[in-house]
Amino acid sequence: MQVSSPISQQVSYLEYQGKYKGLLGWITSTDHKRIALLYMFSMMVLFIVGALLGLGMKLELIAPGKTVMEAQTYNAFFTVHGVIMIFMIVIPGLPAVFGNFLLPIMIGAKDVAFPKLNLISWYVYILGAILVISSVLFGDGTPDTGWTFYAPYSFKTGTNMLPAIFGAFVLGFSSVLTGLNFIVTIHRLRAPGMTWSKLPLFPWTLYGTGWIQLLATPIVGITLILVALERIFGIGVFDPALGGDPILYQHLFWIYSHPAVYIMILPAMGAISEIIPTFSQKHIFGYKAIVVSTLAIAFVGYFVWGHHMFTAGMSNTSQYAFSILTFLVAIPSAIKVFNWVSTMYKGSINVQTPFYWAVSFIFVFMIGGLSGLVLGALTANVYLHDTAFVVAHFHFIVFGGTGYAFFAALHYWFPKMFGRMYDPKWANTGWVLFFIGFLALYGPMFYLGMMGMPRRYYDYLEQFHSANILSTLGSWVMVFGLVVIFVNLFRSARNGAPAPVNPWNGKTWEWTVPSPPPVENFDRIPEYKEKEGPYEY
Amino acid sequence: MSQVIHHEDHYDAEGSKIGMWLFIFTELLLFGGLFLIYSVYRYKNPDAFHLAAQELDTTIGAINTVILLISSMTIAMSTTALQKGQKKITLLLMVTTVVLGIVFLVNKYFEWGLKFEHGIFPGSEHMKTTLSQGEILFFGLYFVMTGLHALHILIGLVLILVAYYRITNGTVHANRPSLLENAGLYWHLVDLIWIFLFPLFYLIH
Repeated sequence: MQVSSPISQQVSYLEYQGKYKGLLGWITSTDHKRIALLYMFSMMVLFIVGALLGLGMKLELIAPGKTVMEAQTYNAFFTVHGVIMIFMIVIPGLPAVFGNFLLPIMIGAKDVAFPKLNLISWYVYILGAILVISSVLFGDGTPDTGWTFYAPYSFKTGTNMLPAIFGAFVLGFSSVLTGLNFIVTIHRLRAPGMTWSKLPLFPWTLYGTGWIQLLATPIVGITLILVALERIFGIGVFDPALGGDPILYQHLFWIYSHPAVYIMILPAMGAISEIIPTFSQKHIFGYKAIVVSTLAIAFVGYFVWGHHMFTAGMSNTSQYAFSILTFLVAIPSAIKVFNWVSTMYKGSINVQTPFYWAVSFIFVFMIGGLSGLVLGALTANVYLHDTAFVVAHFHFIVFGGTGYAFFAALHYWFPKMFGRMYDPKWANTGWVLFFIGFLALYGPMFYLGMMGMPRRYYDYLEQFHSANILSTLGSWVMVFGLVVIFVNLFRSARNGAPAPVNPWNGKTWEWTVPSPPPVENFDRIPEYKEKEGPYEY
Repeated sequence: MSQVIHHEDHYDAEGSKIGMWLFIFTELLLFGGLFLIYSVYRYKNPDAFHLAAQELDTTIGAINTVILLISSMTIAMSTTALQKGQKKITLLLMVTTVVLGIVFLVNKYFEWGLKFEHGIFPGSEHMKTTLSQGEILFFGLYFVMTGLHALHILIGLVLILVAYYRITNGTVHANRPSLLENAGLYWHLVDLIWIFLFPLFYLIH
């Protein structure tokens, strides 16, 4: 790499010296690649906080009765853990980090459509994070409602709810701006020849995600504002004492928050759809089926919110409708799983760290998805609602889905982002530890839920003891795996061997620019000439 | 070491218009949530909503509707004037729009003030003791929805003033009218939402 060359196009985005030096040069940069890393590092800090809270909860549950914390502290732990992990990690996760970094390069653009707005989104994100954290540090008591802020408790509790609620609203705003930016980018900045049917799958899923972000988030925005106003002025909208209806709150909350799980999972599916063909060295099986199922998930996902509320009070007719729709939305996800597996069939499989993450993604995603159908069935739901089974299900699908895909993407694109290779031996060790720990941590919760252990309690009956011990041990192994992964990546980002342009023989455009990419990605806007789309091997 | 990057002057009028439309979708859905709540509670408390709506002053509401409609016209005319290169008329029409927006807010201020004087505001003891639950909900929604709408008027005014400043310093002109066009789009949105709020609160009895 010719750092000293005056030719600007050879300067990588990491070394580029703009108007400001050091940190200031990063937090004032509108370069999509720098903004991606800003998101990545802020998310990492928040993720460590969220993971430590989770670790604390599992430690409390290692034995019945009070172990390390009071019931109220436990309530605060699962609330802040949920708010951080949902609103700050998995919702923005893949779009804000990998979407920002790769979307413009994959479609042959120099940046996103609105670079300044992109930077503003990051500041809005940080503002939201600070608001939420401030609810922990100041005021009378940490929020204890759970991440769902259910009415009427969220405006009756004496804890410091307002900053957390406004924080969640502000984070939603950041998410809307990112989605808007990506939609316009994909519409306007595709390079010549890059038609919709040749668009790589990761951008496709970002496009679907963008629409969900745009159309679902405002609903939760206004709902959270109403809860805040309820707390401040007592307007009565969700307050049964004034004629309001708390169940209406649940409807409005899930009208957003169910599509939000597709905001989390669609880009994850996109990343997996990039990784599997590369490491199978084979054309993706059923490109069109993946695109159509992506859009189908984005669409049908709007109409299933009621399945969170089967036991909250709802007519039989709506229960049937929501249950059937819930079963329907599983179909496009299953189609994708068949596509990925068929892509591997007769491929020339190159078993590397990202591939391990991708196949384990399919494994845990299927367990999470199928257990979701158990919960979507009306009779089973009555029995399993609000038990540890639900916690197991959504950790398999959210952490197992989005989390595994995030680490798969991280190990896949790491050489491109930092221009260094990582040590595959340590990366694989980290994956094995994480995978074993993950199954040991969340697997027993399925059993516990079936046996009737409720969620969100700091205490349990003696008969649940042994499975809880296994779960807590799992949490230690998983976190140890995380430490191995992070240490390995940090060391490699500094000392790893220089990465070639295309270490995995990928076919999409990010593998044609130097690692790390130059400031403006391309010397001149390329033209897309592949006849058969982006995965021709 | 000199590392100069020559950023191309990226200007995509179409792109920024799409962006603005997408943002308008999100605003519509923001109010959509409120309209949903309104319809649910109206369905549940038809008599109370009927009684409470009679408390509102239809005349002020109608005057404000006319004011906003005229302001929508003036901002649309200013966009046309800018495209024709008539800078002075553009600015004049924009000022007219801003003045009309402020008049709307002043009217709203007096309207709200009168309600407050009669003890009708969220959380008031008077409401809790004398009004039914349905009426409390009606006024709760009235204050939230018109309040949020007033906030949007303020945002719209700021946008127009920014566009005004950018026209006077020459960065927005006949060949780069995006900012004014988008401010205009936003202003029409604010107008449109009022067109729905007015009948829902003042006219349907």
